[in-house]
Amino acid sequence: MFLSAENMLGGYGETTILNDCSLSVKKGEIAVIVGPNGAGKSTAMKAIFGMLDLRAGNIIFDGKDISDLKPQERVKSGMGFVPQTHNVFTSMTVMENLEIGGFTNQENLSKNISEVFKLFPVLEEKQKQLVGELSGGQRQQVAVGRALMTNPKLLMLDEPTAGVSPLVVKELFEKIISIARTGIAILMVEQNARQALEIADNGFVLVQGENKYTDKGSKLLSNKEVRKAFLGG
Amino acid sequence: MDFLNALALITNYILLPGFTYGSQLALGALGVTLIYAVLRFSNFAHGELMSFGAMICILFTWLGQSYGINFGVLPTALIFLPIAIGFTALYCFFIEKFVFAYYRRKKSDPIIFLIASIGVMFFTAGLIRFIIGPSDQNFNDGVRFIFNVREFKAFTGLDEGFGLKTSQAITILTTIILCSILFVFLNKTRTGKSMRAFSDNEDLALLSGIDPNKVVLLTWVIAGGLATFAGVLYGLDKIYKPFIFLQMLLPIFSAAIVGGVGNPIGAVVGGYVIALSELFVTFAYRKVLAYLLPESMEPSGMMQFLSTDYKFAVSFIILVIVLIVRPTGIFRGKTI
Repeated sequence: MFLSAENMLGGYGETTILNDCSLSVKKGEIAVIVGPNGAGKSTAMKAIFGMLDLRAGNIIFDGKDISDLKPQERVKSGMGFVPQTHNVFTSMTVMENLEIGGFTNQENLSKNISEVFKLFPVLEEKQKQLVGELSGGQRQQVAVGRALMTNPKLLMLDEPTAGVSPLVVKELFEKIISIARTGIAILMVEQNARQALEIADNGFVLVQGENKYTDKGSKLLSNKEVRKAFLGG
Repeated sequence: MDFLNALALITNYILLPGFTYGSQLALGALGVTLIYAVLRFSNFAHGELMSFGAMICILFTWLGQSYGINFGVLPTALIFLPIAIGFTALYCFFIEKFVFAYYRRKKSDPIIFLIASIGVMFFTAGLIRFIIGPSDQNFNDGVRFIFNVREFKAFTGLDEGFGLKTSQAITILTTIILCSILFVFLNKTRTGKSMRAFSDNEDLALLSGIDPNKVVLLTWVIAGGLATFAGVLYGLDKIYKPFIFLQMLLPIFSAAIVGGVGNPIGAVVGGYVIALSELFVTFAYRKVLAYLLPESMEPSGMMQFLSTDYKFAVSFIILVIVLIVRPTGIFRGKTI
């Protein structure tokens, strides 16, 4: 496994949100975390990124135990994170967002920018526009593009399709597949559970901070109990 | 001819002083707005930082003058401006390290920072009285006028005229240059963009590898530098009065808020809006109207909207109007 988070236990203050939760993803694969509201999906992702102190459990990334690293240090070691909200610099242009994304990676700046533009051609057209003036879908593309500027080996997306029109969701998922094809591991939390599991190699169903079901995406989709409880029949 | 006479009067009494005072406010408001945008609090000590910078500049000017240093037709103080900026930046580091860094570590609310900055304001004001004393200091030397009213009248043959003071020309030119440099810095350089990114979204800036300590210190250097410029230019144009800087806080904050707090262009525009309004509202138009209106309609009163005593009320009124009608300011600033 390229990333494996093992037996994570933790929460905010006294409350326990993650209860022996384990997640993993391989290079070039897409892992999707689904589950009801309040299941700890986003919290699990924050824990992997180091934004939450764990009481127990380990995070092994690229063969190393990174449980004690700060988020910034995890970025340096090859993690990319797209938060659910406030994931772009709204008062700056598309181009400036990408430049800031590549702040610590100056030598590959222009190469990375052209790669992001190849992946999201609409951003090249709008490169001089303020991100605050873009549509929800385009903003998410900027957010993903910004995270790609550090050349991450693992990209974590927290609900990348939140606030995006249904038409654009499909397009965004296709882009995520093509990012995975380049050999990047992708771990994402999704509300659009059915669509997300369709493109997922592996799926994790969390309930109250515990792993309820873990299986291949297609298997989870055909699992009757999962369908009934989490996918609306 | 009458129209030109009226225009010359307005230039002499409103436009030139307005743009000069506006430039001083703009430089002050730029510092306030930068601190607000990047460090996220209203720095009430900014007026005293201006005073501190001007004081250091005066002390070095006296020292220089005692060694016979002068700058020809220009004020000697300009030579020592860089040194004063250095000292003010150091002083900013000092207050950052001993006051604000503590609250930043504790992630205190902006209101706590604001109250701390009031403490810094009183401390700085006391320090200044301690060093240079409470009385006025005139440190402007060099040539006073580039051309005066009499020369202007003789040259154009008009009945009225305006004079251009050296300090006015220096203030306006310096402000244009400083603002241009600042805008190029913020919009074109990597460091400037990292400051804007930090101001826009601190968490995301951290994730992108921007060093928060560098951004904080750089913001203080720029704010301290702008404060020094504003204080020295104000002192050259009028006089250095340690007491005036507390009063100047009101128009400076009005300028920053009217323009849209956190927005540098807004701070500059706000500075000019406040300064020109103060003068437009308190100017006695009698002579101007006498030129423009037919003789039969010549006014007998002063034709003044407000007495000059109410000068400071003008910035208050504009501030209230803006906060009611357009709370984000003329240019979209952060909502407060």
